[in-house]
Amino acid sequence: MSASDLTIKPTADALLSTKMAKRRASNAQFIRWLILFAGGVLMVMPIVYMLSTSFKYPFEVYNLNLIPEEPTLENYQLVLEDGRFYRWFVNSLFIATITTVSNVFFDSLVGYALCKFRFPGRYIVFIAILSTLMIPTEMLVIPWYLMSTTFGWLDTYWGIMFPGLMTAFGTFLMKQFFETVPDDFIEAARIDGLNEFQIWWTVAMPLVKPALAALAIFVFLGNWTAFIWPLIVTNSQEIYTLPVGLTTFSVEQQVEWELIMTGAAISTLPTLIVFLIFQRFIIRGVVMAGLKG
Amino acid sequence: MQFYRHLSISQKQIVWAWAFLALPAIFYVVIRFYPTANAVFLSFQEWNLLGARTWTGFDNYVKLWNDAVFWKVFGNTFLYLIIGTPVSLVISFIIAYHIDKVRFMHGLIRALYFIPFMTSAVAMAWVWRWFYQPVPIGVFNNFLSSFGIAQIEFLNSTTNALPSILAPAVWAGLGFQIIIFMAGLRAIPQTYYEAARIDGISTLTTLWEITLPLLKPTIVFLVVFSSIGFLRIFDQVFNMTTNNPGGPLNSTKPLVLMIYDTAFNSFDMGYAAAQTVVLFAILLVVSLVQLRILRDR
Amino acid sequence: MNLIRKLVLGAAAAALSVAGTVGAQAVEIEYWQYFFEPRITAMDTLIENFEKANPDITVKMTHFPYADYRTKVAAAIPAGEGPDVVQLFYGWLNDYTEAKLIQPLPADVFPPEKIEAEFFPMVKAMRAGDQYMALPTAVRSLALFYNKRLFEEAGIENPPANLDELVETAKKLTKKDGAGNVTAVGITTGMNAQDHHWFREVLVRQFGGEPYLEEYKVVNYADDPAGLKAAKFYNDLERTHGVTKFGFMDEPQAAFKAGRAGMHIDGSFRIGALDKVRGLKWGVAELPAGPNGEQSNYSSYWVNAITSKAEGEKYDAAVKFMEYITSDEAMQIWLDTVGELPAKPSAALTDENTANPVFGPFIKGLGYAHTTVFANESSQRQQMMDMIQRIDLENQSLEDSLKQAAVEEQKILDEYYKK
Repeated sequence: MSASDLTIKPTADALLSTKMAKRRASNAQFIRWLILFAGGVLMVMPIVYMLSTSFKYPFEVYNLNLIPEEPTLENYQLVLEDGRFYRWFVNSLFIATITTVSNVFFDSLVGYALCKFRFPGRYIVFIAILSTLMIPTEMLVIPWYLMSTTFGWLDTYWGIMFPGLMTAFGTFLMKQFFETVPDDFIEAARIDGLNEFQIWWTVAMPLVKPALAALAIFVFLGNWTAFIWPLIVTNSQEIYTLPVGLTTFSVEQQVEWELIMTGAAISTLPTLIVFLIFQRFIIRGVVMAGLKG
Repeated sequence: MQFYRHLSISQKQIVWAWAFLALPAIFYVVIRFYPTANAVFLSFQEWNLLGARTWTGFDNYVKLWNDAVFWKVFGNTFLYLIIGTPVSLVISFIIAYHIDKVRFMHGLIRALYFIPFMTSAVAMAWVWRWFYQPVPIGVFNNFLSSFGIAQIEFLNSTTNALPSILAPAVWAGLGFQIIIFMAGLRAIPQTYYEAARIDGISTLTTLWEITLPLLKPTIVFLVVFSSIGFLRIFDQVFNMTTNNPGGPLNSTKPLVLMIYDTAFNSFDMGYAAAQTVVLFAILLVVSLVQLRILRDR
Repeated sequence: MNLIRKLVLGAAAAALSVAGTVGAQAVEIEYWQYFFEPRITAMDTLIENFEKANPDITVKMTHFPYADYRTKVAAAIPAGEGPDVVQLFYGWLNDYTEAKLIQPLPADVFPPEKIEAEFFPMVKAMRAGDQYMALPTAVRSLALFYNKRLFEEAGIENPPANLDELVETAKKLTKKDGAGNVTAVGITTGMNAQDHHWFREVLVRQFGGEPYLEEYKVVNYADDPAGLKAAKFYNDLERTHGVTKFGFMDEPQAAFKAGRAGMHIDGSFRIGALDKVRGLKWGVAELPAGPNGEQSNYSSYWVNAITSKAEGEKYDAAVKFMEYITSDEAMQIWLDTVGELPAKPSAALTDENTANPVFGPFIKGLGYAHTTVFANESSQRQQMMDMIQRIDLENQSLEDSLKQAAVEEQKILDEYYKK
């Protein structure tokens, strides 16, 4: 039985009442929109202050006015004219992109295996992977460093990347989302003669696109802002990531906040772009189409 | 191939499962489990990072048990969890639920809520610290005093400081939780809603009977992951209290900040490792309990 | 033909041998310090001069962000991935010496008697037995910064010379709004910044006491009546006189930079940052003298040391480099570029330097400065912060709070020295 079978032919009265209901609904919709918009504006207020500060001279930094009395581009010039900035930017972009691809692939591979295969030790493997979220990175940094010296990974891109190639976060996220994929689909695909790898890639993966998009956004962001490990593993400025490079604005005993705000403003831009690209995939429809069939 | 063909279906599954897991298993063992085991060993040793390691038995744990600061920190850590997780999840669900229903400028609204999550924690902590200052420079207090309301000591107070630091942490994490909730909401087949509408079920019942149960995998993920996040809170506290880490008088210090301080200011790596093991145990127990409760329901 | 062949071969052989000797002689050593623009510039100049004088040695400088420099160095040096010559904070040296990660400076090039005759006395803390472990290029001390415009407005002519004048001057500089909120402080305070040094090494001594006994292994400020007097003076600045607010504008230096503080005690490393603040007219004076006219100051410094990684010709090159960066010439370059004070009186106390309106007060302060030997500076500082906050937030009595701070700090010291 589909929805269209149940549609009743509208009478004049019913038509009127649907119209009114629609208007009421659209009023409610408008109020909902307004409240959400106002809330959203409140949410970004601290960021507006950040932007405002990035256009201020040091003497004005603690003034409350949102629009600087003497707006200046000096901070941006200072940050951008430093040639190293672009290098750090590209490094971060490169590292975050590779790591994102790796996570999207491996985390969903592992998440799928933990969700859809029945094998002994499944729960233990899941908990073991989950448990890696429970150790603060700070405590892992020294063993990683020693490992990197042994393998000669110090001061290389690979050295920065390797700890983040797979994450328990992504695995857990994907495992949970594969649970929304009906087992019937997988069975059907098996009957069609697909092997498990093909089922995962061609049947299951398209069904969890919203989660994959969310995962991509988060992994990219996490690596874009990662600080402590990239700092420890690198020596040369040429392979610094952006967050490490930007710390050159905080010096002994004091911080030049207007420059920190400028750096933060500039480094938020690419993440915003990545977000805008991927958030389009967080859409409805795929699963619905599947169920109808 | 011959061998594979003779396997039963469930045996084939086992083979496939390990084929999927082989490479990741190596990764996790080498990159994650080995350093973790290392930390466990270290918790029975004394090491200042520079010299040799020496065995000290349970000394670090005894010291921890007798450390008044540790118990204070232990309590703080649970406060962050107990307040942070429910508050942030309820708020983010409400927002996600409504954003999901909005069509007009949907992308913009969603972006507005997500941007805080993308912005540098250091920069945001400074802005919030500035907001919280007393007059003349604090935004909130200036606002209050313009209505003739007495100033509030947000950060310089042993009682107000923790919630004041938790607020930006919740604020920054909302975007993350909203996106996950929305991805979860969108994984729910539309047909269920259509059926409900046809049956004339009220919005509230639909929410309760259809949306929330179908959202369970997402909710499990967010509860467990957010709890881990709040128990591991560090960035916000560290950046909001840079001039007096975890202060005033340790009233905001969470366990990870204590670990950081012990490891990289006192260079007492063994003691830091013992704290890490305790944190690990807490997190593991909390996560297992949550997974158990949410599975049974 | 034969002859030509011989010539060619000979020339080739000669060329090879020249190349060989050049290759063998060009030693590269690595030097690490933390990032601060003027320090990098100064070190670049020093390296350039040094390489000119020693064409067979090249020095490669690597620098890291200040905030995590200590962690970075501590991770790298034990792993054998560190530099040959490294800059360390004086307070860290003990751990590095004990772990044998740095080598003593050879006594023939750096004879201890000569060092003690030439350098400021606080450098003595770097001596281990018959040798020195490390030496500074520059040292820092504290002084009183004051806002000239606010002084003019309040009709004050001279910065305060003693603690009583300090209070009086600060009273004139404090501004309040209608509701009684302080909008500009007479003097900034905050134990998190430099005030914990001011309290320990300056105020306690000025009230006639000794902050620590037995080479800083025993806390004494709570047992010595001068400690309580000093703490009371400090606490009264806010409590009784209302000329300050602890933690005003979050960071003392931010308040001074924003022109919302009349006076501010800070180190010589602040000079560069204040120079950049547009519209801020400031002056520097020596720290105010105590009730009996006693002057005191706190001095700290970064030292250069040779790591255990440097061996053979690298070691020799490192020694030569150390010799140069601790020379009078290097110190003057460091002062001119970075604004940090020379570590030798012969370089510091020149007429030109002491007459300098900015560096002068700092350099004079070096003559009577003390250097605290910390076991764990950030933890010990924390005790000072907590002392004030217990009074402020928990209404503990000054006396009890001071005693508690001493007990806690003693615990830190005992733990560290128990080995």
